[in-house]
Amino acid sequence: MKLLVVEDDREAAAFLVKGLKESGHTVDHAADGREGLVLATTERFDAIVLDRMLPGMDGLAIVAALRASDNHTPVLILSALDQVDDRVRGLKAGGDDYLTKPYAFSELMARIESLLRRGAGGKTETKLRVGELEIDLLARTVRRGPAEIELLPREFRLLEYLARNAGHVVTRTMLLEQVWDYHFDPQTNVIDVHISRLRQKIDKGFAKPMLHTVRGAGYCLKGA
Amino acid sequence: MLAMLALIYWQTVVYSTRQADETIDAEITGLAEQYRERGLAGLVAVINERSNPERGSSMLYLLTDQRQRPLAGNLSRWPDLEVEKDGWMRFRLSDGTRRGDGPHIAQATTFVLAGGVQLLVGRDLAESVTFRNRIIVALGSSGALTLLLGLVGGIGLSRRALARIDAINRTGDLIRAGEFSHRIPLKGSGDEFDRLAQNLNAMLDQIERLMAGMRQVTDNIAHDLRSPLGRLRSRIEMALIEEPSTERYREVLQQTIAEADQLLATFTALLDIAEAEAGSPHTQMAPLDLAAFARDLVDLYEPAAEEKGLRLTLEHDSGAKAAPVEAMPLGEAAALEVRGDRHMLSRAVANLVENALKYTPAGGTVAIRVGRNGTMAQLAVGDDGPGIPAAERERVFDRFYRLEASRTTEGNGLGLSLARAVVRLHGGAITLEDNHPGLVAVVSLPLAS
Repeated sequence: MKLLVVEDDREAAAFLVKGLKESGHTVDHAADGREGLVLATTERFDAIVLDRMLPGMDGLAIVAALRASDNHTPVLILSALDQVDDRVRGLKAGGDDYLTKPYAFSELMARIESLLRRGAGGKTETKLRVGELEIDLLARTVRRGPAEIELLPREFRLLEYLARNAGHVVTRTMLLEQVWDYHFDPQTNVIDVHISRLRQKIDKGFAKPMLHTVRGAGYCLKGA
Repeated sequence: MLAMLALIYWQTVVYSTRQADETIDAEITGLAEQYRERGLAGLVAVINERSNPERGSSMLYLLTDQRQRPLAGNLSRWPDLEVEKDGWMRFRLSDGTRRGDGPHIAQATTFVLAGGVQLLVGRDLAESVTFRNRIIVALGSSGALTLLLGLVGGIGLSRRALARIDAINRTGDLIRAGEFSHRIPLKGSGDEFDRLAQNLNAMLDQIERLMAGMRQVTDNIAHDLRSPLGRLRSRIEMALIEEPSTERYREVLQQTIAEADQLLATFTALLDIAEAEAGSPHTQMAPLDLAAFARDLVDLYEPAAEEKGLRLTLEHDSGAKAAPVEAMPLGEAAALEVRGDRHMLSRAVANLVENALKYTPAGGTVAIRVGRNGTMAQLAVGDDGPGIPAAERERVFDRFYRLEASRTTEGNGLGLSLARAVVRLHGGAITLEDNHPGLVAVVSLPLAS
């Protein structure tokens, strides 16, 4: 995938570009807002990682300019401003996701992957299939092979989100934001417990587990 | 005021002059009538009668023959006349002509009758001059009095105003000199100055609160963030001193990341507390159903509680009986609407729930209760754990304050500080009470009306 990184801090940019390249992406870098906007409008990218505070042009203004010219490349906004209000403003301007600095690279990577998939998909599905797992979004039922699996509403939402990102790492923070709509770091292992309950239901009694823990990063649902 | 006095003066003078003119005109008409009817003799008789000093009139008459010898009248001789612009003649009345009280001006008109007889009819202007002078004196003195009163009053008023402004200035000086608790004294009269003083005092209160918050954050950074940073540093240093080993380096780096994350979380919490205490303009207040809010949190924490061997229950005061969250149908209980920022409040209340889960031993129960109390909506997180001694219940809200017994458990000592700051920002209160046994944290928020 081809990515654009717009970041003025040289060290932060180098770190980002290196990390993204090592993950197998092609990466272009712009060091200020104007250059970023020119690159973003003249070339095609699969996703843009955009720092919010830039010399020359505000990050939000770039997103707004892109959207105004009918460019819908997914944008992940990076910001040192950690206020729910700022997050809301960033998303309103047309950003697709918002991550506060400093961040863990694994978190950033997982979010970019998620954005790339969202850009590819976009169609409204009624059924999700991951390996032998089948999720009916209308009937709210789940089957693994022939067996029907009973899930609580929150377990269903959790599984749906994992399935939409099947094959990719999903972080605890992403789950907390997307499934519960909370933006804080729980001190306890709440998410882990939810995952292990879900794992009990979908993996117990099957030879191959589908719900994997990725150490230091998060979770991943894979077709067995 | 001067213009008004001048107008009054001018009007009076015009009026009195016109009256004098009219009087003379009337006399002339009367005399002409007599002359027509009774001839010169009649005129002499009338003039003599009218100029009799007993009558005390201010009219002047003089009738002379062709050689200007007086025939009748109260003037002894023909005066030196000066014709004025208005057609009247003026002359000086001096001693000997009539009255003895110094020279004054008279106004007259003259006629030449048949046979060279001349008639002068006039009026002594002494009275009107006196009248005019009186008016000048009256107007002048009233003007002076008004001016004096105005001056005295004005000086008094501006002195009072200046004294109040001076009080404000003195307060400003004291505050700049470091007495931040000083406030502008109020008169209690509720006038503009009092309102200004109240406004400034409220502003000073706010600034003092913000400054105290900032100071505490800096103190906290100095005391409570230096030691973990020091630990972090020595760990890295130790790793460099030891025998080089990739495995060992990886381990140290991972520990370092974990510790850095912990530090960042502490930083974020400190900033959030400071912001909430300052009355953040960022908060997004919106209608929020406290019952649904509590249900969402229970939904998040219930599996973690069960994992620890605890029961996490949700009760609605109208329902009054404890029910496990699973048995609680959504939307069953009446809504408890408050205005709040869901993200901030969820962080605050999550801290209370996490505390309860952390300190309650296995087998215990953590009960979340929502209900209303007067105009307040309440959310209580109760447990049957060890509780907190009454003397410590207020201190645990201080930043970084931790009970002796809990020093070894995980946590940064900021959860309750943050919870209190957020709840206060919402116009509510948070207290810790005895749950017989255990502890109950009660959050009260104003019901949206």
